[in-house]
Amino acid sequence: MIWSKRNILFPSASVDTLILWLLRIASGIAAGMVLLILFFLLAESLPLLREVSAVRFVTDSSWQPSEGAYNLAPMLSGTLYAAGGALFLATPLGIASALFVAYYAPPPAAGVYRRLIELLAGIPSVVYGFWALTTLVPLINELHPPGASLLAGILVLTLMILPTVALTAHAALLAVPDEYLRGAAALGMSRWSIIRGVVLPAARMGVTAGVILAAGRAIGETMAVLMVTGNVVQHASTVYDPIRTLAANIALEMPYALGDHRAALFVSGLVLMLLVVALWSAAARIGRN
Amino acid sequence: MPSSNGWHDRLAEWSVYAVALLISAVFLWIFGDLARGGIEHLSWSFLLDPPQNAGRGGGIGSILVSTILVLLIALVVALPLGWAAAVMLAEYVSSGSRFGYTVRNSLQILAAVPSIVFGLFGNAFFSIYLGLGFSILSGGLTLACMLLPILVSTAEAGLRALPDTYRSLAVALGMSRAATVFHVLLPAAAPALVAGLLLGIGRAMAETAALLFTSGYVDRMPGSLLDSGRTLAVHILDLSMNIPGGDVAAHASALVLIVVLLLINLLAMEMATGWQRGKIVTE
Repeated sequence: MIWSKRNILFPSASVDTLILWLLRIASGIAAGMVLLILFFLLAESLPLLREVSAVRFVTDSSWQPSEGAYNLAPMLSGTLYAAGGALFLATPLGIASALFVAYYAPPPAAGVYRRLIELLAGIPSVVYGFWALTTLVPLINELHPPGASLLAGILVLTLMILPTVALTAHAALLAVPDEYLRGAAALGMSRWSIIRGVVLPAARMGVTAGVILAAGRAIGETMAVLMVTGNVVQHASTVYDPIRTLAANIALEMPYALGDHRAALFVSGLVLMLLVVALWSAAARIGRN
Repeated sequence: MPSSNGWHDRLAEWSVYAVALLISAVFLWIFGDLARGGIEHLSWSFLLDPPQNAGRGGGIGSILVSTILVLLIALVVALPLGWAAAVMLAEYVSSGSRFGYTVRNSLQILAAVPSIVFGLFGNAFFSIYLGLGFSILSGGLTLACMLLPILVSTAEAGLRALPDTYRSLAVALGMSRAATVFHVLLPAAAPALVAGLLLGIGRAMAETAALLFTSGYVDRMPGSLLDSGRTLAVHILDLSMNIPGGDVAAHASALVLIVVLLLINLLAMEMATGWQRGKIVTE
């Protein structure tokens, strides 16, 4: 297994220690990145957080940062509605896709379908957004104007997080021990009874962890949602109402935000980051059990 | 019971097949729409000419150049860091150690951070704190941070998949640890490294939110790395949201982006699976 004709022994031991230190430094930088991000988010938010108490971000009368009103609640509700709706649709679709690949499809079709799901995961969010803007929004507009709505956001987010749910669920299904399947088949159980009674309970933790990760993606998604939800700051009362999410708000207002307004956007970035970290720790804890 | 079981079984089978058909149909719908809307506008001159009239006319020449520059910076910074961290995690640290646990977990959190938050961070750190402004350099550096997790995890998985005989043989030959890494392990794990590299390129080219306020919007040909440059994904966003009448050019740009990404991702998957198949045969 020697790949090089040059001196391969690196005779001096000092090179070894030097390289070990370089590797340590590189891993340290990689690991410290999260802290650096958190530090800068905090540093940029602090000027505002010192002046304004945290409750005001949900109790102020409106979102008018230039006039000192910082109510993030409509954006929070928009984010949660959109992410919740997308999870509601993507979870059954994703699990069904994983079941199709693992147990139902003939092997060639399973391979092609799995690859298709992986390719869906690689489509940029701006392309999803553009497609939804030119195709879905006009369709929804015919159904119930204005078209750019919570519903459009939910549908496009569903497409975007479906691969995450499907691929993690598939990994969880593959991890179910073969003896379980053989034992259940030996008992004469039908395919669906095996799946419902044996496979899904055994894979429950892995599937849940994947769904939580997908929730994190849905909450943080920006571009596709910004392009199709209409971006009106309000609490939606039906799925046809336009909404604005926290992430979309940052992208929309960053270009001209100054001073406290800019700090308020960093506060919403901090909120997003904390939500995602909380979801990640939940998924990690479930995954470990 | 048996009869109701049979009924449930058929229903489940039908639903699973229906979902698979539905999702394949949506995929074809998206791809078909983009191809139909963009293919007429596509030509060599579209790929090479600079955009005119805010992107409605002309092509995407300068935008492709900016995209490639941002990508190169991100890779030049992220590859050594990411692969070094992967070597550390896979070869130098025992799997239960505290250091490895911390590094791995913080990278997983980094992978979960939304790209818009990377954009905020890049704007605050690279553009303002380090004074790089809206430039290709700050965009590339922001992307480098985003790519670290995927580069580390693919490279670490590739190194861990190598059989331990490689390591014991290297020890038996009296090779130093660093020599083992550079002359045996990294070359043997090369397909995994390349697959990770391709996945990283795919993610970087797809990125918009992190680049909006780091590399900026300017669609001119960049003169240096400190100039602002608009990447292809940002170009699509701008054409579809801010430019009335930009839809045709947006369709064509989206088609270019998605075809490149599909090819890169397919290649990455081929490398990853082909390499596993090869391993099973040789062992």
